[in-house]
Amino acid sequence: MNTYGVERWTRSGRLTVAAAAGALLILALLPTLASGLVIDKLTTLFVYILLAVMWNLLAGYAGLVSVGQQSFFGIGGYLALRLVEAGMTPYLALVVGAIGAGLVAIPISAFALRLKGGEFAIAMWVIAEVLRIVVMFDPLVQGETGTSLLALNALDPELRRNLTYWLGLAGLAIMLAITFWLLRSRIGAAAQAIRDDEEAAASIGIDVMRIKQIIFVLAAFGCALAGTVWLASAITFLPRTNFGVQWTVFMLFMVLVGGLKTFEGPIIGAVIFFLLQEIFGDLGVWYLAGLGVIAVGFALYLPDGLWGTWRQRTGIEALSGSVMLRYPASETKR
Amino acid sequence: MLDALIQGILLGGYYAILAAGLSLMFGVVRFINLAHGDFAILGAYLVLFAVEVLGLSPWLAVAAVVPIMAALGWVLQATLFARTIKGGFLLPLLTTFGLGAVLQNGMFGLFGSDTKSLGNHIGNLSWASWQLPFGITVGQLPVITFAVAVTVLASLQLVLSFSKLGRAIRATSSDPEAAELCGIDARAVHRAAAAIAVALAGLAGAFLAMRALINPYAGPTQLIFAFEAVVIGGIGSLWGTLIGGIVLGVAQSFGATISAQGFQLAGHTVFLGVLGGRLYLAHSRSLGGWRAVLPMPSPPPKSATQLQQATSEGRS
Repeated sequence: MNTYGVERWTRSGRLTVAAAAGALLILALLPTLASGLVIDKLTTLFVYILLAVMWNLLAGYAGLVSVGQQSFFGIGGYLALRLVEAGMTPYLALVVGAIGAGLVAIPISAFALRLKGGEFAIAMWVIAEVLRIVVMFDPLVQGETGTSLLALNALDPELRRNLTYWLGLAGLAIMLAITFWLLRSRIGAAAQAIRDDEEAAASIGIDVMRIKQIIFVLAAFGCALAGTVWLASAITFLPRTNFGVQWTVFMLFMVLVGGLKTFEGPIIGAVIFFLLQEIFGDLGVWYLAGLGVIAVGFALYLPDGLWGTWRQRTGIEALSGSVMLRYPASETKR
Repeated sequence: MLDALIQGILLGGYYAILAAGLSLMFGVVRFINLAHGDFAILGAYLVLFAVEVLGLSPWLAVAAVVPIMAALGWVLQATLFARTIKGGFLLPLLTTFGLGAVLQNGMFGLFGSDTKSLGNHIGNLSWASWQLPFGITVGQLPVITFAVAVTVLASLQLVLSFSKLGRAIRATSSDPEAAELCGIDARAVHRAAAAIAVALAGLAGAFLAMRALINPYAGPTQLIFAFEAVVIGGIGSLWGTLIGGIVLGVAQSFGATISAQGFQLAGHTVFLGVLGGRLYLAHSRSLGGWRAVLPMPSPPPKSATQLQQATSEGRS
C-alpha cells in the first residue's frame, strides 16, 4: 500500500534559510563595523519589514484586511512609555509594552473579528482613532503635544543606537521565524482555508474564530514591537504620528509592491519602500503622491506584486510556505 | 442640551450628503471608496479656487464644481475602478487608498498646507441665525445644509424610483449579471453611480468648507464619519444615511459639550456600539427561543437599494 510522502523542505528553501542565518549573523555583528548613520537606517528598515510581514500575515494569509494596525503600533509605544514612567528598565519596557499591546488585541479581536470585509477594515480604523483619543487624555502624553522617552537619553548615544538596532533585528528575526513556522503549521493551513472560503473551512471542523484570533493577536504584537522599536529610535511619542493611518498605508504599499500572499514579497516590498524613501524622500509631498501613483499602478497592472509575478513566471520560490506531496512515498529521496 | 440636539440633527444633514455617495458606491458598485473623504476635500478646494482665483460667487462656484466632480467620478470609474473591481475585495481598497494619498499630497503641493475656509466668502451666512419660539436659535447655514441634504436624498429617491437610470441602477445593484442579460450596460450604470457619488462628495466638501476650516489632509477623518453614518443607518439604505448622519451628528454634538476630544470619541463610540449591538442581536437570534423574536439586525451588504425596492414593488 502506497502512502503520500510529505516533503516540506525544498533545496532552495534550505539554501534560503542558510543564507538568512548567515545574513542574521553579519547583521548582528554590524554595529562593530558600520557607522551610526547606517545602523539608524537599518533599524528603520527592520521596522518597515516587520510591519510589512505582519500586515501580510493578517491580510494575505488570513484574509483580514485591516486599516487599523496603527492601533497596535501606537499602543505598544504608549504602554512602553507608561512602564518606563512606572520605573521599568527602558529596553525591557519596550518588549513588555509590545506584549501588553498583544493583550489589548485579545478583547479587540473578540469584537472586530466578528465583522466582515469592509466593516472590519473600517472598524479597525475607528478603534485606532478611539485608542488615540483615549491615550491623549492621559496627562503623561499631554494631548497633541506628545512626550518623549527621556529615560533613553540617560544612556550613551552609541550604546542606545546599538541596543535599539539589536532589539529591532532580534524582534524581526524572531517574528519572521514564528511567522514562517506558523504558516507551515496546521494553523497556517487553516488560516489560508478560512481566507479562501470561511464557511467551507468551518464545515471541515476548523475553529474559525480561534485561528483568526491567533493570527490577529500575533500580528498585533508584531506591529506593537515595530512601534516600540520605532519609539526607541525616534524618542518622541506624538499621538497623531504614532497612531497615524500612514503606517497602514505604508504596510499596504510594501505588501502590494512586494507581493501579497507570499512570504518573501513583503520583505522585498519593504526594502523597495525604504530605498524609495532614501532616494526621493526629500521631495516631500510629491514623493508621497508618487507612492500613491505607484500603488495604484501596481493594483492595476501587477496585482500580484513583484515577487508574486516573478514566482508565477519562473516557478522559483525562495521559501516554500506550502507542503509538497510525493506519490508514492517510497520514491522520495528522504 | 436642546441646543446640542438641534445642532447635532442639523449636522446630520451634512453627513447625509457625504455618506449618500459612499453608500451608493458601496451598494451599486460594491466598491469601498477610501478616497471618498479626499474627494470631498478636493471639491472644497475647487470651490475655493473658483471663488478666490476666478472670482466667482460661492454658490455659482458650487454649481460649477459639482458637474466637474461628477465628470471626475465618471472618468475614474471608467479608467481605474472598473479594472480593480475584478480583483476582489482587497484591490479596490488598495487602489483608493493610493488614490487618496495622491489627492492629499497633490492638494498639499498645489494649494499649500494652510487651513482654509469658505466662511469669509459667504458674507454673514456663516454666523447668521434664525430665532425660533422658546428661545431656540438655529444657524442659517446648518439649516440650509440640512435642507439641501433632504432635497438631494429626495431627488435621488425620485431618480431611483421613476427614471430609466434608476431602474437600471436598482437592477444592477441586486444582480449585475441578470441586469446585463436584460440589456442593461452594468458598466455604464457603475459609471453613472460613481459620477453621482463623487459629485455628492464634492457638494458635501463645499458645505464643510463653509462651516469649518479644511486642510489637504482632512479627507480621511471625513471618510470615517461618512462610513459611520452609512453603517449606523444601514448599508445601502438611502434615507438610512440621513438617520445615520443624524445619530452620528447628535452623538458628536453631545460629546463636544463634554470635551473637545469628545466630539470624535462620542461618534466613534456610537458607531462601535451599533456594530456591537447588531452582532449581539444576530447572536441572540441564533440562540433561538424568545430571542428569536428580537428585531433582525440589518442584513449584510447584499442589495443596494432595499428601500427603493419597496417603492418599486408598489409600482410593478
